[in-house]
Amino acid sequence: MHEGAAVPAWAMLAYLVSGVCFILALRGLSSPESARRGNRFGIAGMVLAVVTTLVVHVPYLADQEPVTVAAKWHDVEWTVLAEILAAIAVGAAIGVVTARRIAMTAMPQLVAAFHSLVGLAAVLVAAAAYINPSAFGIADRVVFSITYLTEHPPVTTSSILWNIHRISRVEMGLGAAIGAITFSGSVIAFLKLNGNMSGKPILLPGRHVINLGTLAAILGLIAYFTTDQAPWVFFTAVALSFAIGFLLIIPIGGADMPVVVSMLNSYSGWAAAAMGFTLHNTAMIVTGALVGSSGAILSYIMCRAMNRSFISVIAGGFGGDAVAAGGGAAIDRPWKRGSAEDAAFLMSQAEQVIIVPGYGMAVAQAQHALREMADVLKKEGVTVRYAIHPVAGRMPGHMNVLLAEANVPYDEVFELEDINSEFARTDVAFVIGANDVTNPAAKTDKSSPIYGMPVLDVEKAKTVLFVKRSMGGVGYAGVDNELFYRDNTMMLLADAKKMVEEIVKALG
Amino acid sequence: MDFISILSIFVLACFVGYFVVWGVTPALHTPLMSVTNAISSVIIVGALIAAAAAGAPGAKWLGLLAVVLASVNIFGGFAVTARMLAMYKKKERR
Repeated sequence: MHEGAAVPAWAMLAYLVSGVCFILALRGLSSPESARRGNRFGIAGMVLAVVTTLVVHVPYLADQEPVTVAAKWHDVEWTVLAEILAAIAVGAAIGVVTARRIAMTAMPQLVAAFHSLVGLAAVLVAAAAYINPSAFGIADRVVFSITYLTEHPPVTTSSILWNIHRISRVEMGLGAAIGAITFSGSVIAFLKLNGNMSGKPILLPGRHVINLGTLAAILGLIAYFTTDQAPWVFFTAVALSFAIGFLLIIPIGGADMPVVVSMLNSYSGWAAAAMGFTLHNTAMIVTGALVGSSGAILSYIMCRAMNRSFISVIAGGFGGDAVAAGGGAAIDRPWKRGSAEDAAFLMSQAEQVIIVPGYGMAVAQAQHALREMADVLKKEGVTVRYAIHPVAGRMPGHMNVLLAEANVPYDEVFELEDINSEFARTDVAFVIGANDVTNPAAKTDKSSPIYGMPVLDVEKAKTVLFVKRSMGGVGYAGVDNELFYRDNTMMLLADAKKMVEEIVKALG
Repeated sequence: MDFISILSIFVLACFVGYFVVWGVTPALHTPLMSVTNAISSVIIVGALIAAAAAGAPGAKWLGLLAVVLASVNIFGGFAVTARMLAMYKKKERR
């Protein structure tokens, strides 16, 4: 029998309901119409979990929980409750202000930053549970009595020791370790996405040996923790986990960041699940499982969209300058240049136009001008649709959000597999700020670093209009694009936003 | 609850997660990440227990700090998700 937290049945039910609310929150995301209701389910689940916890774990002045209701009210330690509510208020203020102010282009950084907070919170909770295990009901009280018979009369001293359950030690060790990895990994991901740190992979010599050794050491320490609950075991495992999170993410290049952000999403879920095991809390376990699988599935989708294996992403080294070589011969090849007037004429004569936006469009802040251009075209009877590659943005679904922000109706926006067959029937494909995801070399050139990656078949359209700042630059993967030199391609060399604005002018 | 019951809930929840997440439309993958981020902050439950418990001031302060961090996430995560979802509009039919 353990002491302390004996959670009443109604509370366990409340946590279960809260877990169901979280399932419904994700379920709602199956369509934009139900998504807003889903978000409200999520909020309801969270309120229920927090209120239940506050009611079950009211801080009392006395050591023992008061018996009568009157005594309960009298004995509540209001200062502690006030401290807790103040802590929530501080967090709420920071969170809401950040959420309101953040630019949609900066969403990946924000999500990485939020992941780091979940990770750190998991470490802190695990550490708190380690220091005060009786409060979490995960330890047995052991009384050590020593009787000194040498004294006359004999003196007995006794000390109380909390012996943490072995299974709880594994759970809190894993929770703290995954939390720490999530924290330091997310911090690096944030710095890379936010541009505070170069997106280039940083490759330490012998990094695979160092990483595997550190991982083995962490697991070894957690195993040893079951036999010895000394502080050095727990805190060394946590410190090593902070280090491995850092080491795991620095060799991963900027191009692979969508996978990294999804992967850290998954880790934050597993950390929550591990702490749910420690606390025997259904809401936390269900949430952890949901978030863990969500992140894992998103990582898989991102890997598939780039034709990269998960292992090779983790191993790092892709992107940046590493593969920039090999494009040298291409510079002399002939290509066609068009003007805004040419583009306006071609599109106004077209029946169907498919716009292929990439992250470059968002960087140039061209999405609003682009929507304006689409509006003018639609008025002239042209069918305008948008084709989105899964890695068009910097995180899964990022481009859809950026277009939605520019008031592009979501039913004009199509995923790669839904629209790819349409290019053959399209008059104009308008590529703006995208590059690698349109490269036909991915289908034909076995020597290309992006060979095998699913790409949008833009070259099948009658005319391809390709907006690009200059002919010199290469895409994120550092390879030259076959598409530029095709007969049916017209290059529109300018800043994306300026070019679109000029096209709008020429159309009007 | 014993370990096996907890493990059962966990394994079944993983399957629920798998099917629910595959049902999410790719257009909403960014809101999916921000909302999962918000709900994973249910770890605040552990932080509240630590903050409310008497007897160990160190654990209490760690708990309070964790409450702040998790709250940033909860409020920020749900707010930014709501902000994004409000942008998704259907075509105007005339």
